[in-house]
Amino acid sequence: MNHAPATPTRKLTDAEVRLAEIFAARQSAGGPQLATLRTAAFDAFSKTGLPNRHDEAWRYTDLRALLRDVKPLAAPPEESAAHSMREAAVLPGVASRRIVFVDGYFIAALSDLDNLEKGLSVASLSEALAKGDAATTALLGKVGKVDDPAFALNTAFMGEGVVIRVGADRSIERPIQLVFVAGAQPATYFLRSLVVIEKGARATLIESFEGSTTQQYHVNAATEVVLEEGASLERLKISREGDAAMHVSTFVASLAANARLSDVGLNLGGALLRNQSFVCLKGQEAHAAVRGANILKNKEHADATLFLEHEAERSESRALFKSVLEDSSQAVFQGKILVGPGAQKTDARMMARALLLSEGAQANCKPELEIFADDVQCAHGSTVGALDENLVFYLMARGIGRTEAEALLTEAFIGEVIDPVENRSVREALGALVSDRLRARK
Amino acid sequence: MTALLEIRNLKAEIAGKQILNGYDLTVKAGEVHAIMGPNGSGKSTLSYVLSGRPGYNITEGQALLAGADLSQMSVDERAAAGLFLAFQYPLEVPGVATMTFLRAALNAQRKKRGEEEMSSPDLIKRVKEIAKILDMDMEMLRRPVNVGFSGGEKKRAETLQMMLLEPKLCILDETDSGLDIDALKVVSSGVNQLRSKDRGIVVITHYQRLLDYITPDVVHVQSAGRIVRTGGKELALELEETGYANYQSEAA
Repeated sequence: MNHAPATPTRKLTDAEVRLAEIFAARQSAGGPQLATLRTAAFDAFSKTGLPNRHDEAWRYTDLRALLRDVKPLAAPPEESAAHSMREAAVLPGVASRRIVFVDGYFIAALSDLDNLEKGLSVASLSEALAKGDAATTALLGKVGKVDDPAFALNTAFMGEGVVIRVGADRSIERPIQLVFVAGAQPATYFLRSLVVIEKGARATLIESFEGSTTQQYHVNAATEVVLEEGASLERLKISREGDAAMHVSTFVASLAANARLSDVGLNLGGALLRNQSFVCLKGQEAHAAVRGANILKNKEHADATLFLEHEAERSESRALFKSVLEDSSQAVFQGKILVGPGAQKTDARMMARALLLSEGAQANCKPELEIFADDVQCAHGSTVGALDENLVFYLMARGIGRTEAEALLTEAFIGEVIDPVENRSVREALGALVSDRLRARK
Repeated sequence: MTALLEIRNLKAEIAGKQILNGYDLTVKAGEVHAIMGPNGSGKSTLSYVLSGRPGYNITEGQALLAGADLSQMSVDERAAAGLFLAFQYPLEVPGVATMTFLRAALNAQRKKRGEEEMSSPDLIKRVKEIAKILDMDMEMLRRPVNVGFSGGEKKRAETLQMMLLEPKLCILDETDSGLDIDALKVVSSGVNQLRSKDRGIVVITHYQRLLDYITPDVVHVQSAGRIVRTGGKELALELEETGYANYQSEAA
């Protein structure tokens, strides 16, 4: 992704000045090796500054204009405040292993780290760094080649998160759920997680983001995932941020031969949501399915930017993004598939569809293909439309009220994103979240 | 006694073009009426005007269902009040499971009428009973509404919905179109099971064939947006012989 070189004479925005001050004052956790990484990341960020609309990858989400002020880094939450978040992001029917972070801090009392399955190791990022875990420091920020200012900021400021490792050939049935609750304070949270699924191993990872509906807070989250040969991960990311929240997240995944990734992102709230994914299929016959659904209202803005890189032969990718937009909400989909010269027999498909439920809603789609191999199948498409009034009439003619008819039809539209989720309890819980969100419409 | 359906001097237009042109029709409970007529005489328009399809506007006159003015009700309220239109071309609804759709429809109607909702086990039991009568495979009902159904299967599915919802007034819009003889018999037997002293049925058709299986009490000929002749079931046979030529010339 290209960023225009910073004009040396450009006056920094207040937010950029504030970020530099916070970085300078910050007590950096993680020892000298990490300090070097952080400094390099902040230097990289400083070269471009906050991305704006002239940066192709941020064309529809001008962070420089949108980030007017930088909230301070969050202070540890009061014990009682943290405790009140016990029920946050509980998915009915899903017996997940919950690891809870409140205001960006790991809350051991709310987390379930007992009786870890054989082959599964889970540690908070700070714990892993404090122990000087060499494997962690070697991988952080290096899972993919990501040149992006928001990710650089995350690396510079990364606070808390988890380090998960699933040992070779282990199959972890119980979903691991990272619960990030924010919003007790007007603050900025930098969350960072690292997941390694070793050879032939399998796991399900859920990342839930929730926050206070009124508090202004900023989340910058990043998750790096390494899938070794034949490894498999089903990842679900659910964002139900507060009405005034800004949420920027980066997902970086690297897939070795025969690895399988299924990644589903569900955006169900937040003033500004940016999800950027960098998925690299490095090994032969790796398979990545990346799907996303936005259900937005009011002035919510969600930007999904996907960079899919095929490096090896016979790798497959499937991308599907769907948006249901009400009021003056806005969805952005930018997807780029890059097929390298060594990636013959690549099979890549990308589709974005948006359903506009009101005149003021807006969808922007920008799919791109860049292909350097001559024997590949690549396709992309996008559609933007309204609900089919003939179908609404048909449902109403059977006695179903307009609101419910529209909810049923939009639910069906989103279904294509959720239905392929393999874990049944998770799939049903996601379906219920979508159903509730659609029926909560005015 | 109030007629089940009372249409008085009804005029209606689509996009400014008048299609119904002073329509009069009275259907009493327990009666089966057939409306026949040439293509373009406004038969489907009548069914859409009564069910409240957007774009079909009443400009004059009245249509009353059991005394209630249909024009004052939304599409779903008309359905809850007992009006059922079996579509000529039933729509496919991808992604909406048939049972979900049936449950939503039945319980929405019951709720609007202040009745208790039907439980899922009871609903499944009832749907199974009806499917058996209509010779429908339950496997079909596990699919999304009408998706991938043949023309005949769609008409069976419409009949199943009608039998489940037990409307007061059934309007069958060209239900025979696209049906082979076996499907026609099955669908007709379903409709005949719905004949009762409390219910009215209006069969809109171009051909007499359907009326061999659903015997009407009254037959109307429609032309140029209104009823031009009314008679007994023998009128249908007469039309089969003479065709609509006489009525088309009148329309012109």
